[in-house]
Amino acid sequence: MSSNVNSVKNTLKVAFGLCAVCSIVISSAAVILKPMQTANEILDRNKNILIAAGMFDPTVHTNADVASMFSEFTPRLVDLDEGRYVTDEELQTQGLDPQTYDQQAAKNDPAMSEALADNEDLASVRRRADYATVYVIDSAQGEGYETVVIPVSGYGLWGIMYGYLALEGDGNTVLGIGFYDHQETPGLGGEISNPRWQQQWLGKRIYDESDNIAFRVSKGGGQGEYEVDALAGATLTSRGVENMIEFWLGERGFAPFLRNEVQS
Amino acid sequence: MSMNKTVLIKPIFADNPIALQILGVCSALAVTTSLSVTLVMCVALTAVVAFSNLFISMLRNKMPSSIRIIIQMTIIASLVILVDQVLKAFAYEISKQLSVFVGLIITNCIVMGRAEAFAMKNPPVPSFIDGIGNGLGYSVVLIVVGTLRELFGSGTLLGITILPTVANGGWYQPNGLMLLAPSAFFIIGFFIWILRNKYAEQVEKDEFVMAPHTAEKGAH
Repeated sequence: MSSNVNSVKNTLKVAFGLCAVCSIVISSAAVILKPMQTANEILDRNKNILIAAGMFDPTVHTNADVASMFSEFTPRLVDLDEGRYVTDEELQTQGLDPQTYDQQAAKNDPAMSEALADNEDLASVRRRADYATVYVIDSAQGEGYETVVIPVSGYGLWGIMYGYLALEGDGNTVLGIGFYDHQETPGLGGEISNPRWQQQWLGKRIYDESDNIAFRVSKGGGQGEYEVDALAGATLTSRGVENMIEFWLGERGFAPFLRNEVQS
Repeated sequence: MSMNKTVLIKPIFADNPIALQILGVCSALAVTTSLSVTLVMCVALTAVVAFSNLFISMLRNKMPSSIRIIIQMTIIASLVILVDQVLKAFAYEISKQLSVFVGLIITNCIVMGRAEAFAMKNPPVPSFIDGIGNGLGYSVVLIVVGTLRELFGSGTLLGITILPTVANGGWYQPNGLMLLAPSAFFIIGFFIWILRNKYAEQVEKDEFVMAPHTAEKGAH
């Protein structure tokens, strides 16, 4: 019995048999569960956009409300270098769809992104996708926008923080911020997810009169028009958030887009 | 039946995988900053240990000894991937917080340890129960650590505020140490201390005895 079990033939048989069974089980689980996982990811992303825009209150709304609330937004692709919307024609030739465009995947695709020079890379993100998805709500008056939500990301203390920044129609006043993925220390840097801290972003301004970025995350209250209070015990995370804003609202980020399409 | 009952109950306190066998401590440090995440991790680990024990025990007489460990790892890894996929589909928020630690159940020493120590030598049913018992033993320690860390580190339990913190306008100044990994070491240390006071047989014999001080008359 024992020699039979340990024979080469049996070893191979058991190894291949087991691999076959395990791979069938795992791949069928992956295929069956995939639609639910994708739905979860989209739900989570949309919820964070709503949180950033100050429309979603976890104490009042549930996940079931996300879809109807989110339908107010129109996703649109922005060409960051040109500072304008990607035209329908370009979308067609490149086979892109604002609904499904994945900025994280594009960032790692050399054909759809570019490396950042050290002096440009304020947020330590290394590469930047050429296109980004923004979510806009048209103004009720017909001209301009009511809300513009832009994706932001930047290195904190332990890893890249991903979030959304919502601006008012003037492309300058902050409506809110939300982070959907980060690895900051819970209780210290992780407080960037604390609604109480995020609350103070409301109404702050990014650019000063001469269109320079004046926004700061500074220690000591955050009383000014252009500053929010840094997090206690999380200097590097706070600095990361400040760098993130400086990069994504700067010339390599959304500044050209905001100038051309939103503020004008 | 009584044997199955012993197999189930014993790992909870008398033969606890973390406190006595000192297995699986790594994840006990990593996932215990909030209680809800801890609970999901406990369920995930218990499921993986129980089913890996079951399948490994079912295959134990057909396993060639030369690839024994690889077979165990394949079964464990498949189960972990399955758990990870299910969490992503049904408990997305929590799976995001657990992130890499679900995958790391593969390397959790409890799973492999029980497979080698128990499932390879026992029939499927007791092995399955042994897996559940060890999962529960792991869970007990994690829940104690998770409760203390979330309560004193963030002033909440399962996300509900118990001690209103200063940052949220309350009076409780949270203990930042509780949110960092070393605090779990301290709590597990205290847990082991209390356990060994109750079960004196868990105390190991001294590996060496300190020599007595030099006798007075021999000293210069």
